[in-house]
Amino acid sequence: MKSPGRRRAALVQDNGRLVDKACDAEEVFRRTGITFAVYGDNEAAERLIPFDIVPRILSGREWRRLAQGIEQRVIAINAFLDDIYHRQEILRAGRVPTELIAGNEAFLPEMIGVKPPGGVYTHIVGTDIVRTGENEFLVLEDNARTPSGVSYMLENRETMMQLFPELFHDVKVRPVANYPELLRQSLAAVRPAGAGDAPTVAVLTPGIYNSAYFEHAFLADQMGVQLVEGSDLRVIDGAIAMRTTEGYKRVDVLYRRVDDSFLDPLTFRPDSTLGVPGIMDVYRAGRITIANAPGTGIADDKAIYSYMPDIIEFYTGRKPILGNVPTWRCSEQDSLAYVLEHLNELVVKEVHGSGGYGMLVGPAASKKETKLFRAKLMARPARQLHRATDAGAFHRADPHRKGPGAAPCRSATLRAGVGPRAHRAGRLDPRGAEGGVARRQFLAGWRHQGHLGIGRLKCCSDARPKASTG
Amino acid sequence: MLLGRTAQGLYWMNRYVERAENMARLLETGLRMSLTSTAGTDEWGSVLMSAAADSAYKAKHGAYEEEKVVDFILRDPDNASSVMAALDSARNNGRMVRTALTRDTWESLNEAWLATRTMLGRKVERRDLPKVLSGIKRETALFRGAYYNTQLRNEIFDFCQLGTYIERADNTARILDVKYYVLLPSVSWVGSSLDNYQWESILRSVSAHRSYRFVYEAQYRPQNIADFLILNVRMPRSLAFCVRFIEESLAFRAADYGARHACHQTLDAMKAKLAVASVRDIIDVGLHEFLAGIIVDNNKLGAEIAEAYRFA
Repeated sequence: MKSPGRRRAALVQDNGRLVDKACDAEEVFRRTGITFAVYGDNEAAERLIPFDIVPRILSGREWRRLAQGIEQRVIAINAFLDDIYHRQEILRAGRVPTELIAGNEAFLPEMIGVKPPGGVYTHIVGTDIVRTGENEFLVLEDNARTPSGVSYMLENRETMMQLFPELFHDVKVRPVANYPELLRQSLAAVRPAGAGDAPTVAVLTPGIYNSAYFEHAFLADQMGVQLVEGSDLRVIDGAIAMRTTEGYKRVDVLYRRVDDSFLDPLTFRPDSTLGVPGIMDVYRAGRITIANAPGTGIADDKAIYSYMPDIIEFYTGRKPILGNVPTWRCSEQDSLAYVLEHLNELVVKEVHGSGGYGMLVGPAASKKETKLFRAKLMARPARQLHRATDAGAFHRADPHRKGPGAAPCRSATLRAGVGPRAHRAGRLDPRGAEGGVARRQFLAGWRHQGHLGIGRLKCCSDARPKASTG
Repeated sequence: MLLGRTAQGLYWMNRYVERAENMARLLETGLRMSLTSTAGTDEWGSVLMSAAADSAYKAKHGAYEEEKVVDFILRDPDNASSVMAALDSARNNGRMVRTALTRDTWESLNEAWLATRTMLGRKVERRDLPKVLSGIKRETALFRGAYYNTQLRNEIFDFCQLGTYIERADNTARILDVKYYVLLPSVSWVGSSLDNYQWESILRSVSAHRSYRFVYEAQYRPQNIADFLILNVRMPRSLAFCVRFIEESLAFRAADYGARHACHQTLDAMKAKLAVASVRDIIDVGLHEFLAGIIVDNNKLGAEIAEAYRFA
């Protein structure tokens, strides 16, 4: 049997066949409508998800290490959120600056003192990772709000198995297809008190014009639950109910893919038509589970990112297994000077931007783009530079981007999705929710990493998860 | 269990696919008529009226011109019932209810939309029109085939069926109504070649010019055509056929959900109107009045279904 590496090399060399297969894959995606949307791009309201035909392969050993690192990180994120919305010990200990939290839009005062069902804040986390060498990984960012990507990974795997059955025959790749079932069990396990043994779970989507709508529909379908929009839901008798052809039926767990600010027009943005008026009151009364919990954005904020190693140490008592990508806080004068000097080597992000919006990828950017961005950085009023919340965080570019990839090869970051594992020995474990964050199932997929808005850098998905040891 | 919004999406998905197909068929008829020198530009007027797009067209373009009528019915985004707009709506509804559809159903709809978008990407030249129209009919037929052959016969299927047959009943009633003066000609026209073309066009616009001859004598007779399109329960585009399938789906809903609604009563009234001994009884009272009544009932039925199943 050939080693995975040699397999990959052989595959890349057979270029003609590869191009054919890549076309086949595009055709499959076009037909099945596996798309995402890029806001503000009128030319292509819907685009096919870019698919890299060349798999990135992780060995079992690499994956085990990654799994431990991600698990540690997610435990810390959950503990951080619980702390921030309750005793705020990490602020008192001076490990994270108070103004970083207080002046941050992602911090929701409405969540102070609220205990989410099962004590779980981040049911699903997407952690973006770059590989910098053999068994060497760094975390690029955490996505603790409403991370997406898992459906593309699952569909890509299906496509890959159709196109290259021999790869799966020769290389033992861990299966990923049980993700939806695990997700459903996990969501059911964090049902609110009094919801009964067979809680009603639903996926809340902003609707068909949302960039990740395909994924919302996909997950609802695969889990066998309803895909609801805000307009389908209302508060009845202090609980959330959905409008069915036979009248209103109660919903116990909402896997929501609607941002915090749109969740409840009575609590957050009053102009939101995507949410459910009054849902936050029901939530605070403990009668609906919202996954992920509102207010988790404070944990993946790009300004918080640079403090993650401290946060992990503070809550787990151990050094981080996975490090951060070297980052400079532009609020600090020395760092700003360094960044301006090395702009063409760095990735620059706005602290509050989400995904790939409003960022500069130095090595891939044109001179003009770099110049414009430099001006943008310099133009910020000096007083704002002192505010951490208004700073920019800087990442070194993924060194693999300029690697010796073959022509159809696209750069990639790994997004590992994490969800609590809620069952033990084949049956639902009622304590799964309590210990949910500690025991989890890992899934990995190479995916596009938030650069979708940037034309020059064709980032991409290619989903070859190599598997988990659990 | 089904969300009201999902029922709505299913209903409109099928209505819009049906509409797109009917539009293509109407244009086919119009094109054919315009190629026979005996018919004037009036034919385009009756095509637009059958499509319920006459006033919108006039407001935009004024006089009937083939090129403009064709574009208005095929591609104009200002015309919500144009083939492209209808398929856009069908697909958007399909995307919304994707979790209720089999993979085959969804993919055939998505492919129908992709193919039509390519075909209608720019103005269609007259020489390409026949090919484009049969392409549209083929795509919608593929969708219907996938849907019939893969969807479970449950509430999802019922709301699809309701959309299809309410749209179709509306379409057939309109075509007959617009042409009723041809069906009831003055004595001097009877037997002229103009009549034959006109009558054939009615049958062609519902793909029934061949099957007519399976049932009746070869000679077109107004009474037989009216009978065929109104009362023949075996003719897939007749009013009686549509009502039969609407009734079936509404009966399943009443049985499953354990409740009858206003829509069930309205349907009973429509059925009663169709329960005549002969089409002669309808023509004697007035074909136009009868058809106008059916169109009103049918609209009411649609609104009441939306009300009853929480998607109004």
